[in-house]
Amino acid sequence: MNCIIIDDEATARAIVAQLCTSIEDLDVIEEFSSAIEAIKFLNQQTIDLIFLDIHMPGFTGMDFVKTLKNPPKIVLTTSDQNFAIESYEYESIVDYLVKPISEERFKKCIAKVKNLMERPSLVTEQGEGSDAGTELYINIDRRLIKLKFDEIQLIEAKGDYIEIITDTEMYRVHSSLKKIKDKLPASLFLQVHRSYIINFSKIIDIEDNSILIGKSVIPISRSNRPELMRRLNLL
Amino acid sequence: MEPNLNYIKKLAAGDRSFEEKFIQILKKEFPLEEAEYIHNISEKNLDEAALNVHKLKHKFSILGLEEDYELAVKHEEALQEGNTVWEKDFIRTLVKVEDFIKTIQV
Repeated sequence: MNCIIIDDEATARAIVAQLCTSIEDLDVIEEFSSAIEAIKFLNQQTIDLIFLDIHMPGFTGMDFVKTLKNPPKIVLTTSDQNFAIESYEYESIVDYLVKPISEERFKKCIAKVKNLMERPSLVTEQGEGSDAGTELYINIDRRLIKLKFDEIQLIEAKGDYIEIITDTEMYRVHSSLKKIKDKLPASLFLQVHRSYIINFSKIIDIEDNSILIGKSVIPISRSNRPELMRRLNLL
Repeated sequence: MEPNLNYIKKLAAGDRSFEEKFIQILKKEFPLEEAEYIHNISEKNLDEAALNVHKLKHKFSILGLEEDYELAVKHEEALQEGNTVWEKDFIRTLVKVEDFIKTIQV
């Protein structure tokens, strides 16, 4: 597992780097004194974990989190002992450490990160059993919820989230349209717009450049329209 | 309470190179933050001074100064509200830390 450290204080970076040496398979590949520098780095490198100071002048830790499209796991660090963790709104933020960080607390944090990394947010049921390839699990508030493909009407991209609309519910998941598209059977689902994937079997009607699915009217982009028309069993 | 290096020594667990590196960083970083804070206070840039206090209070906690950390928390909050009531007490802590850092041998 590799990580970077972002903190405007050199003493704080040195402490986190030292704590990382106590974890056998955790490598610090870079340290940054500002979040802006880290963004440039993250555009070129894939990393597993960020230790991020919240309280930095100018561009704060939370400003940084909001800019990340596909963030890795993030552990916040703070000097505020009464820190309020409203930041748990972000799925990528998995823990926070109050400075000065003890080795014991740090090890607990890393164990938590490793546990979460072994449990991805979107998992397709595959392999054994008669239901193989017919369902998808989504991780909501640390609960894995099973969604059957044939119950999903459509998926809409909403910033860093996707909304999955089924016949009975709507689920909001921190993921991207691209990620879920890879988990869905191409025979049943089709991307009809940059923000929408639809379940082909749920189409009620198609009119000009829109599709009616359930109670939702979905736009069809010009580039996706030929593939949609090709797949229709047109009389 | 007097400043100490207990936290750093525990973290180093005998790693002398880390201790030396950390002390060098502390000797370099603390005076810069202290000077920036004094400048901001003298210029009445209280929001900026509060940011300086935020960073300095971390160093107080590293050096085992729990009461001074609490003072810094109050001072930071007061500065954010435009109040300098804890200024003299805070300066006393800065002087105490400054004197301690001068005595640490690398």
